[in-house]
Amino acid sequence: MAKLIVDGNEIEVPAEFTILQACEEAGAEVPRFCFHERLSIAGNCRMCLVEVKGSPKPVASCAMSVRDLRPGPNGEPPVVNTRTPLVKKAREGVMEFLLINHPLDCPICDQGGECDLQDQAMAYGVDSSRFAENKRAVEDKYIGPLVRTSMNRCIHCTRCVRFTTEVAGVPDLGAIGRGEDMEITTYLEHAMRSELQGNVIDLCPVGALTSKPYSFKARPWELAKTESIDVMDALGSAIRVDSRGREVMRFLPRVNEFINEEWISDKTRFVWDGLRTQRLDRPYVRENGRLRPASWNEAFATIASKVGATKSERIGAIVGDLAAVEETFALKLLMESLGVASIDCRQDGTRLDPTLGRATYVFNSTIAGIEDADAVLLVGTNPRKEAPVLNARIRKGWRQMRTPIGVIGENVDLTYDYAYLGAGPQTLADLAAGKGAFFEVLSKAERPLIIVGQGALTREDGLAVLATAAKLAKAVGAVGEGWNGFSVLHTAAARVGALDLGFTPKADGLDVAGMLAPGALDVLFLLGADEIDVPEGVFVVYQGTHGDRGAHRADVILPGAAYTEKSGIYVNTEGRPQLANRAVFPPGEAREDWAILRALSDVLGKRLPFDSLAALREQLFAAYPHLAAIGEIAPADPAALEALAGKGGALSEAPFASPIVDFYLTNPVARASAVMAECSALASGALKQAAE
Amino acid sequence: MLSDKDRIFTNLYGLHSPGLEAAKKRGAWDGTKFLLQQGRDWIIEEMKKSGLRGRGGAGFPTGLKWSFMPKQSDGRPHYLVVNADESEPGTCKDREIMRHDPHLLIEGCLIASFAMGAHAAYIYIRGEYIAEREALQRAVDEAYEARLIGKNNIHDYPFDLYVHHGAGAYICGEETALLESLEGKKGMPRLKPPFPANMGLYGCPTTVNNVESIAVAGTILRRGASWFASLGRPNNAGTKLFCISGHVNKPCNVEEEMGITFRELIDRHCGGIRGGWDNLLAVIPGGSSVPCVPAEQIIDCPMDFDSLRNLKSGLGTAAVIVMDKSTDIVRAIARLSYFYKHESCGQCTPCREGTGWMWRVLSRMAEGRAHKREIDMLLDVTHQVEGHTICALGDAAAWPVQGLIRHFRHEIEKRIDEYAANPHSDAVLQAAE
Repeated sequence: MAKLIVDGNEIEVPAEFTILQACEEAGAEVPRFCFHERLSIAGNCRMCLVEVKGSPKPVASCAMSVRDLRPGPNGEPPVVNTRTPLVKKAREGVMEFLLINHPLDCPICDQGGECDLQDQAMAYGVDSSRFAENKRAVEDKYIGPLVRTSMNRCIHCTRCVRFTTEVAGVPDLGAIGRGEDMEITTYLEHAMRSELQGNVIDLCPVGALTSKPYSFKARPWELAKTESIDVMDALGSAIRVDSRGREVMRFLPRVNEFINEEWISDKTRFVWDGLRTQRLDRPYVRENGRLRPASWNEAFATIASKVGATKSERIGAIVGDLAAVEETFALKLLMESLGVASIDCRQDGTRLDPTLGRATYVFNSTIAGIEDADAVLLVGTNPRKEAPVLNARIRKGWRQMRTPIGVIGENVDLTYDYAYLGAGPQTLADLAAGKGAFFEVLSKAERPLIIVGQGALTREDGLAVLATAAKLAKAVGAVGEGWNGFSVLHTAAARVGALDLGFTPKADGLDVAGMLAPGALDVLFLLGADEIDVPEGVFVVYQGTHGDRGAHRADVILPGAAYTEKSGIYVNTEGRPQLANRAVFPPGEAREDWAILRALSDVLGKRLPFDSLAALREQLFAAYPHLAAIGEIAPADPAALEALAGKGGALSEAPFASPIVDFYLTNPVARASAVMAECSALASGALKQAAE
Repeated sequence: MLSDKDRIFTNLYGLHSPGLEAAKKRGAWDGTKFLLQQGRDWIIEEMKKSGLRGRGGAGFPTGLKWSFMPKQSDGRPHYLVVNADESEPGTCKDREIMRHDPHLLIEGCLIASFAMGAHAAYIYIRGEYIAEREALQRAVDEAYEARLIGKNNIHDYPFDLYVHHGAGAYICGEETALLESLEGKKGMPRLKPPFPANMGLYGCPTTVNNVESIAVAGTILRRGASWFASLGRPNNAGTKLFCISGHVNKPCNVEEEMGITFRELIDRHCGGIRGGWDNLLAVIPGGSSVPCVPAEQIIDCPMDFDSLRNLKSGLGTAAVIVMDKSTDIVRAIARLSYFYKHESCGQCTPCREGTGWMWRVLSRMAEGRAHKREIDMLLDVTHQVEGHTICALGDAAAWPVQGLIRHFRHEIEKRIDEYAANPHSDAVLQAAE
């Protein structure tokens, strides 16, 4: 700890703090453009100048640490002033320089209203310009379909360059040219290739990089802001939903140190146009092979007559990837009351089994714990595609601590260096048997982390792979006091919640594969399950939001609410229940899903015992108390892993393959989004870019 | 005036061979092993006593700089980096050393590296210096050949010397930008602290010295600190290479004693001012980045760090640019402003935006196309740049303009008045009937 005096107040801060952090600690606000807590220090905007006693020149407070300050001649603590005329003059000078070549675009700039430069100009700007020359004109660059550039506005803070280089690990952006001719661009205006590129929009302190899909759509002060949770992957990133009227206008990240810090993936950020298109806004019933609009009563009556004529063992239910815990709970109760045993939530066929214990299917180390790990093994997962924000965490650990990383699975670019150990389960088995150099690395590590992805589990031998991974975790001491390094990475936001509820086949019930076998069922209830192919001859009730695969196959369609249109609990891959809030209302006649199920249950004569969401939650929390602790992780008992490690099973030779073929098109919302379609085409090379 | 026996660079004009044999005859590599045997502390102490101040422009005491290097290595290697990126307009002293006396430099590298515990040194040579690089490389090869340097040399101190060729950016003469460039990155100055002595090249303790500072080290140690200190004036000891260019009868490079008056320097070595002393307008005494000094102040001023600082200018690299009364001083400084605008790296705001602004205003003023109130505004802009930047290029861009306004405001005002009186100097075109 070091003492210093800021504006007359003596404070004590850790010596590695920068002066800027110390000033904030002392309550002094320091303007900044280039400085960002999660990026390296550039010190180039010069806005954060402060006066340090004894230094003839003002000092850039972001770039100097408290440790480097010299004490006074008699050992007095160093003195920093942030409010002296010298400081004000210096900052006004810098502000003037920033503004001389900055266009007076504010009325037509998307950043208007949330622009750092605008805000700071109120404090340090002057009302008129002394600059009589022509302003600099810079050509706008094409850097992809997501980020619009307006390079006249760029103030060269290089936050975007540092983000892509450091956090995203895909160093597409850079600066070319020198002096006032310096320009930020990608190499030959290639589109950026990171899954996290949208974050540069938030980082840009001015309107140089703005959201292309959102451009000129709304002003920040017109938007209603709702704090919510993302469902595009299983991380449950904290988002803010900005909506105007009935439409979601954009998604922004919120800070959640435990999960997404302040980043979100492009799919999370830009999927909002998918919430408007292909929506199911009224019930449909299939007649003579064609779907026709129907009323709720008609739809329910059709279902009731079909269900009433079907034996319960010929009925099944599958929960999709975007369902909240509430409707899963409601569906489970409904199916139980109908006596249906064939229920499942694992539409990708993953072999995770909640009866083995919660520790066998959650990300035990927690996402923030990735940074504590001193060795990481990825088994059958491509986190860059499955959870880009989590991948950035792994990269962060690798950058800061040079964490050794091993990969069993696909040999792809994960944005960090790793030891490629092998492609399939055999490598894992060898490793678990103590063979190979990486075993040494893992066993020497104090907190080894083994991440098992769905690529290793959605296969015949999935359970055996999981058991082998548990065996390895046991062998290298990954599970112990204060550290559980056995982590399962999910790809579906609904999965952990549904597993927690035990939405898996009862005794004699069929799992997803069994239900989808031709002739296995007569009635199948799909709660937003679109990633499966239902065979002919099954009466399909599809409750969901988008006219996607499930709806195309359906005999009755019940229009539900998307994740921005209902209040719902989602349990993320760590097992952390989080609350998504309603930002807008569902379109047309669509209703919140739990309410649909409640209404249907009435028609089926099995009225569910709740009339409101509050009542539903009351029962849900009574049955599953850990879900009531929103935002908290209930630690899973690691003893389950002990039992899991004892399980055996034959391992196949087939290499692991990531379940995500196309990052941009993993769920119905994303598939309805034109922006995601463009990104997907660009990523797969189908979209031709203009040749230079 | 410096007597011939006190000269360090005895082959400055290339009258003799730059090769190893000839250099040895002139005294290079004489007793180097003996010098090294005296130990690191002795060398640094001698350098401190000699009063040698860095020859790259800032005038920081060289011995003191060397003493900043950690005495004990913490496991990281130490490096010496020689700044031969001599790009300051007007300066051409290092060029001559590398062309004609390269062995003094190589010997100095060995001694300085020894004094700092460095086993490798890099000479970062300016991109435009192609012949000089070849000459220097030839000399380095000779020294390797003669086992004067190298892994297993006759001095029993493993030492490798690398000549690195830059790509021709002025900013790479700034020590931390030079290190960035040497590491293969964009030449952009680093934030300080940490200083290079702590975190320099590849994150290891590094000292960056000017070519001349290093090249004189061998001779200073051979002849003793007291000899060097006895030359010049207190706190401004020794000899110095002056590069005199501009409106003198015989522009030249010359080694002279520090503190020689400007009049003596010009009369003795340059054959006087073109058109006589009355024709002298102003002098930029230390390379383009120091403020100009008008004739009446400079004529009898001793040429050393402190005297010139008292004139609110500086000795800089001792590149004396002489301008007689035929000079359009406003245009001259505007041209320098263009240079700084062109060479600004663009990293930090005041320099990136300010240099262009200053140049544009000045070039209007050179035509007279300005308002008088803009003179004070321009001065204000220079103060907004000065001291607010990461490196000293911002200061270097601001000072010449400040010097111009300080001493030649009347010239700018006259220009503005003339233009205001006759804004259309071209004949007015008339429409054809």
